[in-house]
Amino acid sequence: MTYRLIAAATALALTATAAGADGITIASWGGSYQKAQSEALFKPASEAMGITVKEETYGGMSDVRLQVQTGAVTFDIVASGSGSASRAGAEGLLEELDYSVIDVSTFYPGLYMPFCVGGDVFSTVYAWNTETFPDGGPQNWADFWDVEKFPGTRAYRGKVAGALEPALLADGVAPEDVYEVLSSVEGIERAIDKIRELKPHITVFWTSGAQHAQLMKDGEVDMTTGWNGRFDVAAADGAKVAYSFNQALLDYDCFAIPKGAPNKDLAMKFLAEISKAEYQANLPKYITYGPTNKAAYELDAISADVAAMLPSSPDNAAMQLPIDIEWYAEWETIASEMYQEMLTE
Amino acid sequence: MSEAALPMAAAATHADDLRRDARREQLALFGLASPALLLVMVVLVIPVGWLFYLSFIGADGSFSLENYERMFDSKSYRRIFWTTFEISFLTTGICILIGYPLAYFLAQLPRRAANLCLITVLLPFWTSLLVRTYAWLVLLQRKGLINEWAIDLGLWDEPVKLAHNMTGTVIGMVHIMLPFLVLPLYGSMKAIDRDYLRAAANLGAGPVRNFWTVFLPLSLPGLFAGALIVFVLCLGFYVTPAVLGGGKVIMVSMKIASNIELFVNWGAASALGVVLLAATLVILFTAARFVKLDRLAGGGH
Repeated sequence: MTYRLIAAATALALTATAAGADGITIASWGGSYQKAQSEALFKPASEAMGITVKEETYGGMSDVRLQVQTGAVTFDIVASGSGSASRAGAEGLLEELDYSVIDVSTFYPGLYMPFCVGGDVFSTVYAWNTETFPDGGPQNWADFWDVEKFPGTRAYRGKVAGALEPALLADGVAPEDVYEVLSSVEGIERAIDKIRELKPHITVFWTSGAQHAQLMKDGEVDMTTGWNGRFDVAAADGAKVAYSFNQALLDYDCFAIPKGAPNKDLAMKFLAEISKAEYQANLPKYITYGPTNKAAYELDAISADVAAMLPSSPDNAAMQLPIDIEWYAEWETIASEMYQEMLTE
Repeated sequence: MSEAALPMAAAATHADDLRRDARREQLALFGLASPALLLVMVVLVIPVGWLFYLSFIGADGSFSLENYERMFDSKSYRRIFWTTFEISFLTTGICILIGYPLAYFLAQLPRRAANLCLITVLLPFWTSLLVRTYAWLVLLQRKGLINEWAIDLGLWDEPVKLAHNMTGTVIGMVHIMLPFLVLPLYGSMKAIDRDYLRAAANLGAGPVRNFWTVFLPLSLPGLFAGALIVFVLCLGFYVTPAVLGGGKVIMVSMKIASNIELFVNWGAASALGVVLLAATLVILFTAARFVKLDRLAGGGH
């Protein structure tokens, strides 16, 4: 009996190590987003490498912090927003990525960091209801603020990320100067004052992508800010919604490895694999988020029609303002408190 | 003399035995209660203590009061606490106004009819909170059912703002909280001995006087118990204000969640929890000065 127990336990331990040796665990955000990642990146790459990939969903970097601080790290790779990955890296929650293993030579500049490699590119855009504005909606942020030219209710982001830049652009600041202006308390106040001006017309401050898509679909607001992919999904679902890339904010999601990940080396190789252009080129088939690897646009998988819808296609990228991660690392907590001040007034 | 001493000595040994028995029984009861006590220790006292400790740890990992200073320096935190208590008081008040007549009505019905009506109170209680909150959104929003019907019927011309503000939040929360008030209240009303009411009537009290001087005071413990549960649950509400408040109605629980994402340590969020807990205790103790809290625990009378 005892022998059998020991044998069983050993067998179990062996399988556990075996599974650990050629498998990794990835945590992402779930929904249509993770489904796209899974079909385009995880499944084909795991087949090519002959390893197993276990997928989970998680609640963001606070989950990673809990795992790292308690020494019970189960995730090998996490998908994250660029800003929170940058802060988590600075906090010491992430492994430094080895760019001699991961080839980023054909990446867009700025779409990879020491702790995080870009996985897809998305835009924060303004979207409008095509029934309320049949002759075309706003074409820049000044239009979004112009309640006389475009009367109607607005929705705006409830968090500071991606909320201040549009206000300054609407206030007439040149795109290249936006982050310079924002790098002081007065500059942040200027942006927030601009939002105060629009606040009587803002019915909802949204907090999730699903929410702003729903707001447009239900006709609750006539205009909103939001993430482009969600509006495409809503439009395909029958929502009367359109958006423009002009003056939009170009941002990216990335992959990182938590500190002390059980299969760190394999995770690094896996990141190298999914960063290749041939996988990246398949992502837009499932969701209208663009590849971070420029070389993907040279492959046949992305047609000209599809490219025109993607945030990172060269034409679309040229008219947008890329998010400055360093600004967020330095100013986000301060700006966030100030933004909260405005929200609760 | 000796005849009297004997029973006294016997009484003394009996008293010793009785005391020993009583102590043994207490120990046995303590033994039975210990798993529950241990559980309360593990799941309540230790985490709350840890939370308290964390709230004094600053961003750099050393002891600091910065998490509390931040709260007292900024107006937004004060407004968030104000909103939280305002909504909780408002919800509790409306629940009492709606719930008391309802429970009274139910308590007067014959048992079978009362059970049938109670099911209508309980049915939403058994439905997921998230589902009910989204259902309210569907009803209350700009192109929701209520606005569309009211405009079709000519009650108002422009859509009324019912959701994404304080109104929507309170409507949703009252609906969710109502059973928590009605159930204990109904229980305590059912427990009131009808003989008291008959006696009062016999002594010449009319129905109105009978209600105010006999029935209402006897039902108060149930009312306070229900109101207390509603109030405390309201303080920690998250889902309903997040969905129906439109991002402008911010309660403490929502700020705790955003602080966990924003700051690099748990301290900022812990401090909020500690202040909310302290404020709640202050309110409960103040309430206890006016109402005997031990009577609430009894539920009946």
